Amino acid sequence: MTRTELGPLATAGEFEADPTRQPPRGIGRWIIYGLLIFSALTMVVPFLWMVSTSLKADEYVLTMPPQFLPRPLTLYSYRRLAALFPIGRIFLNSLLVATWTAAGQLLTCSMAAYAFARMRFRGSNALFLIYLATLMIPSQVTITPLFIVMRYLGWINTYPGLILPGVFSAFGTFLLRQFLLGIPRELEEAAFIDGASHWTVYSRIILPLAKPALATLAVYSFMGSWNAYLWPLFVVSDMQLMTLPVGLATLHGRWLTQWNLVMAGSVITVLPMLVVYLAAQKYFVKGVVMSGIKG
Amino acid sequence: MVGERGWRKLAWVGVFLLPSLLGLLTFAVVPILSSLLLTLFDWDLLTPPRFVGLGNFQRLVADRNFWSALGHTLYYIAGYIPLVMVIALAVAVLVNQRLRGVVLVRAAFFVPVVSAWVAVALLWQWIFNPKYGLLNYLLSLVGVHGPAWLFDPQWAMPAIILTSLWKDIGFVMVMLLAGLQGIPSQYYEAAAIDGASRWQQFRSITLPLLSPTIFFALTISLINSFQVFDQVWVMTGGGPAGATSVLVEQIVKNAFSYSRMGYAASLSWVLFILVFAATIIQLRGQKRWVTYD
Repeated sequence: MTRTELGPLATAGEFEADPTRQPPRGIGRWIIYGLLIFSALTMVVPFLWMVSTSLKADEYVLTMPPQFLPRPLTLYSYRRLAALFPIGRIFLNSLLVATWTAAGQLLTCSMAAYAFARMRFRGSNALFLIYLATLMIPSQVTITPLFIVMRYLGWINTYPGLILPGVFSAFGTFLLRQFLLGIPRELEEAAFIDGASHWTVYSRIILPLAKPALATLAVYSFMGSWNAYLWPLFVVSDMQLMTLPVGLATLHGRWLTQWNLVMAGSVITVLPMLVVYLAAQKYFVKGVVMSGIKG
Repeated sequence: MVGERGWRKLAWVGVFLLPSLLGLLTFAVVPILSSLLLTLFDWDLLTPPRFVGLGNFQRLVADRNFWSALGHTLYYIAGYIPLVMVIALAVAVLVNQRLRGVVLVRAAFFVPVVSAWVAVALLWQWIFNPKYGLLNYLLSLVGVHGPAWLFDPQWAMPAIILTSLWKDIGFVMVMLLAGLQGIPSQYYEAAAIDGASRWQQFRSITLPLLSPTIFFALTISLINSFQVFDQVWVMTGGGPAGATSVLVEQIVKNAFSYSRMGYAASLSWVLFILVFAATIIQLRGQKRWVTYD
């Protein structure tokens, strides 16, 4: 995939002067503005409701009509959450698991993608087909035997059990391979003539050029593992090892109607991802589209 | 390649490929193959596995929980897919215009996409609360007495569909937006000169030229919707009275709660076959409505 193919997306969020995107004039324009505001509110209000609930004292949560601005505004439910629940530890677990998964994927996927895209060797196509084939099988198929394997390895309720299955990604390899195929060969040929090894070419020439694709993979693998629920639910039952989604579901199971507490936990789960999104917005958009462009 | 031959080159291939290959073998290929094997056994993890041949599949055909989960999954898909496609397309067209603040609206739609399903599901469970929830309050303002949503077998699945729409529309919208921005503006200019209305332009330029993207988004959404789970597990656990029991929920219950490993594996392969069949049918059907230029 080349940069030009990504052209319209690399600038998503900006506009070229394009007559087709001119909105109608007069009343039509006001209708469109109305629709835009309505749809944005539909997206944003539930989140504001989450934050608002989390800032309420117990007695103001279940009221009718509901209180939109909490009065008094209190961090009580956050403090209580920290007292009842190892929320700091759970937060760090999530951070640890997501960081290691992203780092592991960047390393293993980029190395494999280098081999597939930049080296010619016998059986390369057949091997790559195996990678593609595993992409077609839904994760639910592998989860039962994976759980059994983890039991034999003694990795239930351990960090390796949580992290390792997420580190090796056929999808990430595929994504990076497509990107690396678009880099012209002349760049590395000069280096090879100067006696550079494959490792030098990979780490000094190819990786720096692949930064946009690497960033895209990094944000997606981080998000995937930060938000993952099914596998951590299987592999971890010890509260000290839970990640945020599993911890949050457990919290909800114990304090069923304490919505201020549950919403405080939800804010803590969502907020870091929101920050990552706002900081790396263009890579999120790229990821959606790159996964869609065929090789 | 210059200066590389024979075993030396192969050694380099090994260095680059082995970490990924070994990992994928251990955590994907071997589990997939053993999952196939597992379908032939009855195993509770405590006693040795017992070979049952195709017994698991015979049991599946007679299992009322399986059929009802399949029915609910199809109900979910039938409600979710048309709505997510139509709304996402409308939003994509809307936010593709040169208007002040439109970038913020796009970002707003993507926030639920990056949020964890568990948090979103809990938030909506709270919003759907029959007595103190935000939704029934808003409905009461316009004089509607809202249902008990997740506590009502009739309304639980629509509530889950609504939640999924809210979370996923931004994802589909971004895909479609990318497609929209790839349509050359000359087509519209020519149509405008010929006096075509906006609706005519949409019907005869936008839709056909966007059809490959629509097809792709539809395929992805369909595959994902067969695997609906997180929101169901958190919001209803399959209830009330089994009204939202879906296929993956049955897989998890059988593996997790009943320790029926072989049966759970069989269910997961049935799920795979269904997804695969749906994708093939769609690939066949696309020739009738997808235009590639």
